[in-house]
Amino acid sequence: MSVLLFTSLIFLTSLFAGLLGALTGLGGGVVIVPVLVLLFKVDLRYAIGASLVSVIATSSGAAAAYVREGLSNIRIGMFLEIATTLGALLGAYLTARVSSHSIAILFGVVLLYSAYTSFRGRAQDTLATKQNHLAAKLKLYGTYPSLPTPEPYCAQHVPLGFGTMFGAGTLSGLLGIGSGAVKVLAMDQAMKLPFKVSTTTSNFMIGVTAAASAGIYLSRGYIEPGIAMPVMLGVLIGSLIGSKLLVKARVATLKVVFGLVIVLLGAEMIYSGVTGRI
Amino acid sequence: MRAITDKQMEISIGRMLRVGVTISASIVFLGGLLYLRRPWGAAPDYSHFVAEPESLPGIMGALQGATHLNAESIIQLGILLLIATPITRVIFCVAGFARQKDRLYVLVSATVLVILIYSLFQGGR
Repeated sequence: MSVLLFTSLIFLTSLFAGLLGALTGLGGGVVIVPVLVLLFKVDLRYAIGASLVSVIATSSGAAAAYVREGLSNIRIGMFLEIATTLGALLGAYLTARVSSHSIAILFGVVLLYSAYTSFRGRAQDTLATKQNHLAAKLKLYGTYPSLPTPEPYCAQHVPLGFGTMFGAGTLSGLLGIGSGAVKVLAMDQAMKLPFKVSTTTSNFMIGVTAAASAGIYLSRGYIEPGIAMPVMLGVLIGSLIGSKLLVKARVATLKVVFGLVIVLLGAEMIYSGVTGRI
Repeated sequence: MRAITDKQMEISIGRMLRVGVTISASIVFLGGLLYLRRPWGAAPDYSHFVAEPESLPGIMGALQGATHLNAESIIQLGILLLIATPITRVIFCVAGFARQKDRLYVLVSATVLVILIYSLFQGGR
């Protein structure tokens, strides 16, 4: 295959992944690794290196739009970033010590979990306002701009949320993904923050978390310019188009289709890992 | 010096992030054009990971290669700038919380900054 063809195919695939990722809210990085590994026969380490770069790009690129909504909580995000960046260091450290088979299997499990969260319906938000000592001390509260009056919210179960975030960071560093689903789980389910606050704050955190493992990836040589270049540009452009289309498109069907694709990729990753083909 | 609100802080951070991504993506794109200057050559084999210690980039290495118009180095330089973007965000937060005289969160964001810098300069060695 010529350089031009190889690069163009990876670029177009990444563009498509970024587009679908933005439209469905699942993120593009989560499918780009299995596609690179299973379809393009790229080594798992190069794939997660390229994916991590694209994760930083999309998270930072989307931030401006999220800021306009004014829902993200800068203090909660920064506090939890201590957990995610430490986790990311651990994860990046582990990539050199854990076998590719195990990483592939874990990746498959995360893909299945992401698909599961996107299919599961969401219960109605009831804002947790109960003050607790730790959240008050760490200023982990805010107001949600609802009508007629803004409603206050306060983070619950802070240690549990912090611990889950450490796990999310480890997954991100180990698999080169944003692990947005786990971050939202920590904030939405454990800390009982409003869903919109969780998703927008999580987007902010993804870039910083990924930057923490990127230094280690770089020095290990996981970030191969020939692959990272088309993946980063493709996913970035795709997700920017996707976020522009989002308001107009009907995403319900798309979400089901994309969810099924993720389930298939997840199953294939687990199978390849178990049979030792990755 | 007037204290800034969280909202103002987030707006300036959002703008900075967008500028950072635009610049780094443009550099990666330029490097990509140069990378494809011999479009019909065979694509390298990426199916097996090869650690190439001599090509370890580092900021100086990427800069040096970029001045020699080495395509890979230019792409690496763009990627380094991209990694620097969220790190700059954390620096913005340290400064912003300092202006709000929020000592606790100056400490929190400085901790995150130290972890990030440690990763970038100690990474894996």
